[in-house]
Amino acid sequence: MNATLVFLGIFILATAGTALSLHNIVRSVLLLVLSWFGIAAFYLWAGAEFAAFAQALVYGGAVSMVVLFAVLLTGRGHGDAAIAPPPPGRLVAALLAGGAVAGLIAATVIRTPFASVSDDAPSLPVRRLGALLMGPHAAALLVTGVLLTAALLGAVVIAAGARDDKKGPP
Amino acid sequence: MNTLQLCLILSGLVFGIGLAAALARSSAILVLLGVELMLNAANLNFIAFWRFGPAPEAGTGVLFVLFAIAVAAAEAAVGLALVIALYRHQKSIRLQEATRLKG
Repeated sequence: MNATLVFLGIFILATAGTALSLHNIVRSVLLLVLSWFGIAAFYLWAGAEFAAFAQALVYGGAVSMVVLFAVLLTGRGHGDAAIAPPPPGRLVAALLAGGAVAGLIAATVIRTPFASVSDDAPSLPVRRLGALLMGPHAAALLVTGVLLTAALLGAVVIAAGARDDKKGPP
Repeated sequence: MNTLQLCLILSGLVFGIGLAAALARSSAILVLLGVELMLNAANLNFIAFWRFGPAPEAGTGVLFVLFAIAVAAAEAAVGLALVIALYRHQKSIRLQEATRLKG
C-alpha cells in the first residue's frame, strides 16, 4: 500500500469533509481549494502532470475566484457569509444517502477482482498529449471551445441581464 | 487490496462527501460546490483507471479528465451566474426560498 496515496487520500477527505460542514461559506471555499490542490497532487502522483496543472490552474485559480466573487456579491452585510445549519432531519438523510453511496462503491470495489497492476507510473509526455488533442480528438477540442464560449456568453447574459429590475416606479 | 482499489475507494468517498453536501446544504453556492466535488471524484476514477489500466500510452483517461475540467469550468461559471440571478430576484440564495415555479 502506497504511503503517499494514503496521505493524499486523508488530506483530500479531511479538507473536503471539513469544508462542506462549515457554516461560513468563505472558509468553506478556501478549504475546498486545498482539497482541489490535493486532487491535483493525486494526479501528479499518478503521473498525469498536465491534468494536475490544469486542475490547479482551473480549480485553484479560476473556479475558486468565481465562487469567492459570487459569495461577495450575494452577501448583504457583515457576517452574512455565515449561514444557518441545515435541519437535523435533512442532515441525517443526506449523510445516510452519501454514506450509502460511498459504502456501496467501496463494497463493490473490494469484491471485484482486479488484475494485478504494476506500480510503475506511465509516462505521457506533453508532446504526445498535444498530438492526441490536435489529431484524433481535434473535433472534441473544437466542440469544447464552442461550449466554453457559449457558457461564457450565457453567464454574462444571465448575471447582467435583468437591468430593468433596478428601475423603480417613477 | 491493491493500489487501484484504494484509489477507487478514495474516489467513492469523495463522491459521497459531495453528494451529502449537495443534499444537505441550503446555500446554492455550497450545493454547487458539492456537485463540483462529485465531478472531481469522477475525474479521480478516470486517472486511476488510466494509471493502472492495460494501455496507458493511449492517454484516454487524461484526455477525458482535461475535457471534464473544461466542462466543469463552464458549469461553474453558468451555475454561479444563476446564483447571482437568483439573489437579484429574491435577495437570498437559500434554495428553500426559490419556490417561484412551484405549482
